[in-house]
This record gives sequence, C-alpha cells and structure tokens, in this order.
Amino acid sequence: MQTSRSAFNQGLRDQLPFVLGNVPFGMITGAAAVSAGADPWLAMGMSVIMFAGAAQLAAISLLSQHAPAAIVVLTVLVVNLRMMMYSAAVAPYFRNTPTPRKWLFSYLLTDHAFALLTTKFDKQHVPKHIDAYYFGVAGAMWCSWHVSVAIGVFAGTLVPARWSLDFAIPLVFLSLVLPALQTRSHWNAAIAATIAAAFCTALPLKLGLIAAAAAAIVVGVVSERISDARAAAAGSRA
Amino acid sequence: MSGLDGWLTVIFCGLVTLAVRASFIVMPPGTQVPVWLRSGLKYVAAAVLPALIAPDVLFRELAPGEIVNVYRIVAALLALLVAYKTRSTLGTLATGMGVLWLLKWWGPF
Repeated sequence: MQTSRSAFNQGLRDQLPFVLGNVPFGMITGAAAVSAGADPWLAMGMSVIMFAGAAQLAAISLLSQHAPAAIVVLTVLVVNLRMMMYSAAVAPYFRNTPTPRKWLFSYLLTDHAFALLTTKFDKQHVPKHIDAYYFGVAGAMWCSWHVSVAIGVFAGTLVPARWSLDFAIPLVFLSLVLPALQTRSHWNAAIAATIAAAFCTALPLKLGLIAAAAAAIVVGVVSERISDARAAAAGSRA
Repeated sequence: MSGLDGWLTVIFCGLVTLAVRASFIVMPPGTQVPVWLRSGLKYVAAAVLPALIAPDVLFRELAPGEIVNVYRIVAALLALLVAYKTRSTLGTLATGMGVLWLLKWWGPF
C-alpha cells in the first residue's frame, strides 16, 4: 500500500471473496422484489438508494403486504441498526477524510467493509492511503451488488411462483445469523426473537418485526446482566 | 407497490439507512458510543435476523387448514444444520431449496 493505486488494488483483492459470496444474495433480493410485485425500476432504484440487502428484503416484504409507509421506514431502521456499531468502529479510520467524502463512505458502508477495515488495520496506525483502500473495497461491492440485483430482477420475472423462490430469503438470513451468535446471551436473544416473531405476526400494521426485535434485544441485555451477576457472585465466593 | 408513494417510501428508507451509517463517522473524532446504546446494539443482529426468518418459514404458502408450513420448517432446520457445519451461504441455500422442492414433489405429509 505504498501508493493510492496499490491501496485501491489491495482493497479490490481483499473484497473479492466476499463479493463472489454476495452474488446469490443480490440475485435473490432482485428476484424477490419482482416476485413480490415490485415494479422492476422501483426494485433497482431501491437497491441504489438503500444499498442494504437485508433491509431491502424486509421493505419489499412489507410493501407487498401494503404496510403503512411509516412502518416500512421504521422496520428498515431496526434492520439497519447494527450498522451504527460499524459506523462507530470505522470512524477512527476516517479521521482525516474530508466531510463530503465521509458521507459517501457512510453510504458505502457494509458488513464486509467494516470487517475488513477493523481486522486488517490498527486504528492507532491508520495507513496513509486508507481512503483509496476503502474505495477499492466498497466500489467492488457496490458494482457487483447492483449487477447481481439486476440479474435477479430480470430472472425473477421468469421464475414461476410454485418454485417458492421467496424461501431463499430466510435461507440467506439463516447463513448470516450463526456468526452473530457469539455468547449464550446472543442465543437467548435469537430464541426469544423467533418465538416472539411467531406470535407477533398477528399484530396490526405489520408491527411484528419491530416488536419481536425489541423484545429480543431486551432479553439479550437482561440475560447478559444475569450471567455477569452470576459470574461476579461465583468470583466473590472463590 | 409502485408510483409516487412507493418511491417516496423508498427514499425515506434510504435516508434512514444513510443516517444510521453516517452516525458516528460524521461526528467529531473521538465521540464514544454511550454504554447503554452499545449494550443494546450488541444484540441487534441476533434479534433482527431470527425475527425476519421466523414468519417467512412458518407462515408462507400455507395449505388450507394448515397452521404452520411443515415442509419449510424441515427444510430450514436442515439448512441451519448445514450452515452450522459449513458456514457456507451457497450450501445453506442449496440444502434449504433442495429439501423444500423434494418435500413438495414427494409430498409425504
């Protein structure tokens, strides 16, 4: 990473495996949007405007069920909240980045970009060409994401409904959930979310996801407090 | 789900998404995440993903009189097992879709 060009290329190279792994996710997002009845242009526009797969899928599902706009926006907020942690984690790397570019970098922030920055570089010793590196990482994902969504939008109009292609959506989320379950408290939150979501589907205005997620976050936090208290009690006995 | 209402909703979704992503990046350097926020945010992914998964597995494509979709539950559990063993998105997708198609075609119960 001696020059900004080599940093950019390094970013492209580091991102490549994630980009390839994300292609099916993008195709499914596009296909799900059109099979849920979205106008193909709206499906593509949504992808460019939001650039957030899980939130796009949640919004599509709600829009196709005619949920009120406020609930769609609130649900998108809840699904994307995890990125507030990423924002805090990557902020030190962009200390010297000009403000307009900070907004562009924010728009381009994804799970993978966050993971690459925070695992590859020490935030105390940020490399000089970090912006070029990030352009490589984020640009690779941005381009490939929209190409795969576009393929999905096109293919989705051809796939008959009896193929149950919408089932691919929960399957993609299933593959994402396990890495997020690091402790027993995370497992408790996940189990609570599953049960709560099953019972909350009957809630009016499609508030189910928001209610279930809120309840599960409380379960996670409380469960952590309890296990911390137990550990402290065990420590003081010893 | 198109027209002006659809586009306006999508634009607001985009603004909310940008606000969340930009939150700490655009704040003055050194701004810390408050402790209460950090402890809650830690569980967002573990809470949101299962809440997205559950209704799509349990209640879609229900036959008349069916309360939950048994085929989808079986397919999702096997896919979860593959996800646990391999950590592969493609493997998880292939298993889940494959099992669901097999069960629908074979129709044992």
